Amino acid sequence: MANPDLAKLESIAREGRVQIIRMLTHAGSGHPGGSLSVIDILTTLFFNRMRYDPKRPGWEDRDRFVLSKGHCVPAQYYCMARAGYFPMDRLITLRKLGSALQGHPDRVMLPGIEAATGSLGQGLSVSMGMALGLKLGGKGARVYCVMGDGESQEGQVWESLMSAPKLGGPDHHLDNLCVILDYNGIQLDNFVKKILDLEPVTDKLKAFGWPVLEVNGHDIAQVDKALDQAEATKGGPTFIVAHTVKGKGVSFMENDPEWHGKAPKPEEAVRAIQEIVGSPVPAWAEPIIAELSALGKK
Amino acid sequence: MAAKASRAAFGEALIELGAKDPRIVTLDADLSKSTMTAGFAKKYPGRAFNLGIAESGMIGVAAGLALAGHVPFACSFACFLVGRFETIRVSVAYSDAPVKLVGTHVGVAIGEDGYTQMGLEDIACLRSLPNIPIIQPADELETKQAVAYAVGHPGPLYLRLTRQNLEPVHDAAYRFKLGRADVLRPGHDVTLLATGGPVWNALEAAKKLAVDGIQAEVINVATIKPLDEETILRSAGRTGHVITVEDHSIHGGLGSAVAELLGEVMPTPASRATTRASTPSTASMPTGSRER
Repeated sequence: MANPDLAKLESIAREGRVQIIRMLTHAGSGHPGGSLSVIDILTTLFFNRMRYDPKRPGWEDRDRFVLSKGHCVPAQYYCMARAGYFPMDRLITLRKLGSALQGHPDRVMLPGIEAATGSLGQGLSVSMGMALGLKLGGKGARVYCVMGDGESQEGQVWESLMSAPKLGGPDHHLDNLCVILDYNGIQLDNFVKKILDLEPVTDKLKAFGWPVLEVNGHDIAQVDKALDQAEATKGGPTFIVAHTVKGKGVSFMENDPEWHGKAPKPEEAVRAIQEIVGSPVPAWAEPIIAELSALGKK
Repeated sequence: MAAKASRAAFGEALIELGAKDPRIVTLDADLSKSTMTAGFAKKYPGRAFNLGIAESGMIGVAAGLALAGHVPFACSFACFLVGRFETIRVSVAYSDAPVKLVGTHVGVAIGEDGYTQMGLEDIACLRSLPNIPIIQPADELETKQAVAYAVGHPGPLYLRLTRQNLEPVHDAAYRFKLGRADVLRPGHDVTLLATGGPVWNALEAAKKLAVDGIQAEVINVATIKPLDEETILRSAGRTGHVITVEDHSIHGGLGSAVAELLGEVMPTPASRATTRASTPSTASMPTGSRER
């Protein structure tokens, strides 16, 4: 979008990092690394790009968002709460019995979630179907699918990568679909390069017929510009390779496979939040730090 | 009515329903000539999508189409379709995406192509998932009605269809209803619960049993899930003997569903007539035509 308010978006993303740490600490389990690597992308999408109405989650003309890497849903829950789908104080019910904020996205329990995901590698196919359905129905809405690099090892991903550029043609090409890869380089067991390397991923995507844009996934201006380009591209979907850092914003989590799927202890959470917000601690972060410190003393 | 494969009846029904309902679309994985959606694709080319030999992707695309308000029929051989179980589990069942899954070429009745092409475990797999009714029509009339029902059903479901021709077992007045089994031949000595292609065989068996003075009640269980517990228990209570007849592995199909019901509610001697080939010690199941 023209002239994004970068300072505001960066501040939303900063609070997102704090809320992710807070949610996971209360839950005692979850995936901080990938949630922190994807939060700048989600902030750009939710607060400077997508058209939606939290009061009408089933609005037919809404843009669709599918988080294929469903384990990073805390980042999405924060964006949804901040956008008004549900109150912010519900965030700490993450992973609690009976909460709509399930460990992985649950479409039936939480209005606004478009598909159950987290069984990896399925979100792209579902997004293609949504994009095709919107085209067939004459709707102008767009579909955004955020994928992980680890999950891109799944066979179903490559089935979909092969078919998406041509699907729906000649009358209903999926130029309403934009796929964003959160390329943080780490999966559960180790670095992606060491398990099953995706490289040269840009060449592979181009060979499959995708226009590919590469951005720094933590630079909101770059992400936003690429989304502009994707929206302007006609005749097929666009793929954005967003280079990111797993655990971004918390020095002891950054680029360490250990923090793929481990919740911080309360004292680690306090340290992480102090790092994210810097000094002096802003007023809004003080109660969160106090709350987590108290949690550590229980 | 002449004998007709339920896949052929399905293909005809789709063309007819497609004229009235623009939401209907088909998805195939390079088997549209066999699943019989090719006719629909010819008539409505913009509404038929062949995803290539990529069933997982096809099921995912179908889920997205369903969530965007369309009525997608995702079709392949039953074994190839249900073999992509994890995609059905999450993108269809747990996402509550109203995809109409259509598995053709079920059971050993497909013949010479051999067991890698036979839908032998599809009912067992899908019965374990929430949210997916399983429908197996027994003849052309019932198939066409079941397809029409599928279009209006608000959630996902599974249609299990045959390659081989099926003799008519219903008269013109029959009306399919989800979850209702229909008594095709009343009897009081033994209950034959049949589904799909073998329903006709069960009726033939009942005729032979009658010659020996045994009156078999033949019930067509077109909906395997949810099971018509009332009709089955009423008949089993009266006859005291139950035989299930189906073309599916002995593990997890209609026979298992009925055994679970009887075991919980009304223990009754029961036996299961179907392929017993999938035992722990049997790796393969050679098939072929009888002529040498």
